[in-house]
Amino acid sequence: MTDYKMHLLICGGTGCKASESDEIKNRLNHYIEEFDLGDEVQVVTTGCFGFCEKGPIIKVLPDNTFYVQVAPADAEEIIKEHIVKGRPVGRLLYTDPNSAKHVSDSKGMDFYKKQIRIALKNCGFINPENIDEYIARDGYQALGKCLTEMSREEVIKEIKDSGLRGRGGGGFPTGLKWEITKNVENDQKYVVCNADEGDPGAFMDRSILEGDPHSVLEAMAICGYCIGADSGLIYIRAEYPLAIQRLKVAIKQAEEYGLIGNDILGTGFNFKLELRYGAGAFVCGEETALIHSMEGLRGEPTFKPPFPSVSGYMGKPTNVNNVETFANVPVIINKGAKWFSSIGTEKSKGTKVFALAGKINNVGLIEVPMGTTLREVIYDIGGGIKGGKEFKSVQTGGPSGGCLTKKHLDIPIDYDNLIAAGSMMGSGGMIVMDEDDCMVSIAKFYLDFTLEESCGKCTPCRVGNKRLHEILDKITEGKGEMEDINKLKELSWVIKDTALCGLGQTSPNPVLSTIANFENEYLAHVQEGKCPAGQCKSLLRYDIVEDLCTGCTLCFRNCPVGAITGERRQAHYIDQSLCIKCGACFEKCKFNAITLT
Amino acid sequence: MPKIKLAENTIELIQEICVEFENKESELINVLHKVQGKLGYLPAEVQEVIARELKMSVAKVYGVVTFYSFFTMIPQGEFPISVCMGTACYVRGAEQVLAEFKRQLKVEVGESTEDGKFSINCLRCVGACGLAPVVTVGEKVFGRVAPSDVKKIIAEYREGCTENIKTA
Repeated sequence: MTDYKMHLLICGGTGCKASESDEIKNRLNHYIEEFDLGDEVQVVTTGCFGFCEKGPIIKVLPDNTFYVQVAPADAEEIIKEHIVKGRPVGRLLYTDPNSAKHVSDSKGMDFYKKQIRIALKNCGFINPENIDEYIARDGYQALGKCLTEMSREEVIKEIKDSGLRGRGGGGFPTGLKWEITKNVENDQKYVVCNADEGDPGAFMDRSILEGDPHSVLEAMAICGYCIGADSGLIYIRAEYPLAIQRLKVAIKQAEEYGLIGNDILGTGFNFKLELRYGAGAFVCGEETALIHSMEGLRGEPTFKPPFPSVSGYMGKPTNVNNVETFANVPVIINKGAKWFSSIGTEKSKGTKVFALAGKINNVGLIEVPMGTTLREVIYDIGGGIKGGKEFKSVQTGGPSGGCLTKKHLDIPIDYDNLIAAGSMMGSGGMIVMDEDDCMVSIAKFYLDFTLEESCGKCTPCRVGNKRLHEILDKITEGKGEMEDINKLKELSWVIKDTALCGLGQTSPNPVLSTIANFENEYLAHVQEGKCPAGQCKSLLRYDIVEDLCTGCTLCFRNCPVGAITGERRQAHYIDQSLCIKCGACFEKCKFNAITLT
Repeated sequence: MPKIKLAENTIELIQEICVEFENKESELINVLHKVQGKLGYLPAEVQEVIARELKMSVAKVYGVVTFYSFFTMIPQGEFPISVCMGTACYVRGAEQVLAEFKRQLKVEVGESTEDGKFSINCLRCVGACGLAPVVTVGEKVFGRVAPSDVKKIIAEYREGCTENIKTA
């Protein structure tokens, strides 16, 4: 094997690939060849570094130099200057927004300082398409330990003692789930990995599968050993082609190494793995719906009990866990339950991965210990709100969660605290909103989603959410009445109490939490006919102030619908019947002559 | 809807795919994925063939096709445009971008332009939230799209210089 002196790690996650990281890699290799450095420098495509805001990212080892927003044209300079002459390319380094200084070592970045990486430990460090790199970082050691040194009961005890809870959102204790499935007698059982990450704005599972697929395979085999299953199925979204491809490669390599398949490590334990594809249905994240979908049916949920642990895939006992939950398992086995449970809060142990997105400076994937506050996540790691705007709300838990506000910034994040605050952990999407976001519209946006994704099986979800959406629509149109706010609340509670599955039971959460935390915005829409954030188009009006208008015609030329008229050097006028309220004139006017009311 | 007459080799292709999955009813979704991958969409006539091969009712096949948003019964445009309407893209202005595409192409979501060149769809999160708002045209991803970029994106494809875009 060649002993390389330097490694250039380049992110091959979906975001960075979309910004041409493949082309950058090609050019880097081209210049490495040109300077005859092929024996000394290796370019490695890794999984996501997490700092998606500034992608594509390149990290140079051993000196840990962290380049951001690299373009294909920068490849030459990186090789010529940094690799050949040893002078890092200053203009590509990350600039700390507070000190305005370059940060060369990624360890010195605020974004990484407060993170502890367990589920993401290999993302951005290894080539996910090379099993040797995973093995070099203790990969498959946990599986070996379980199969050769530990009984099934001992492994389950270790997981139970660790306090690991389901990372898909529910927070059910993982060890207990395994034990229940183990105790059901049946000659055929299944392990299922739920990789149907349907929550919009959440991409943690995708990043783990793209960056470290073997950790999930290893954990599934460990689970299979514990519960007595010889088959594992990964249910993954068809929208994630890269993750699917990496999983296929990983399964093939693990089979070649005898780590998946028959008689694993000579212990007589058999475990095979297959992929199953989702087809774009959010409700399939619910485990009974997911199982129906795997059986080739419509992904409709069924009443629990019976739980999948008793009767799941093909009517057999089935243990369903989420990707991130599985990714924690090998680390727990290697480092011990005691170590794992020393991280986190009393009832929520370990770490949680969040996909930080929206109006925040550092969009990306982060992993923090349970108990970290929202303020630390948003301001210290996330770098605060984009464009110096004011923080308004943070939405956690996706369409099932709620919108939290300033007063919640200092609560330590864990399963129970978020529920107490009117939201939930969910799978870990975290969307930050600023003063320009209308909370009534946000509630409507989530209801749009639920309406589209409701499977239609139970009436509260199918009809109730439709009615909620109609009322919200009425309010954003400026036609709302005071009685509507009470109706929203009442109907929300009925849906929560009576819907069949988790989707319906949680779908009114965005409505309830926005009413609870931003009631004044609802009132402004209803009583004053105004949208404080200036987002609800029906309630907006653009006008040109005659005295300020110089007749430069800039607005006239930018209006996409020809609603603006006026002679050159004379005041212009907006025809309200034609105006589509796109705001183009407002943005373009250099004289502040256009008002928005 | 006028009945489409499927070509012999199309029927054979569908039959082959079904055989690949052992004509098992439980493999229906995998069969649909593969057939749509080859044909681009799943019209009623195609569903009838699949139902026959897997020995199940057409109603069941139709039920599954219409349940999942990934499956479509309408042919896509030559350049399928998808606007991400995930939350991250939404709060960064995806709605305005979508409105501009609809206005420029004069079609609604789920429809194709008359010349068959473009179709518009919404999708829920491609997971590239760092680039929000995101638009994909075929395989190509456009990040940080503003309504004012829409005209340019359409023009690039309409003028047929797509090769340059793909390699840019």
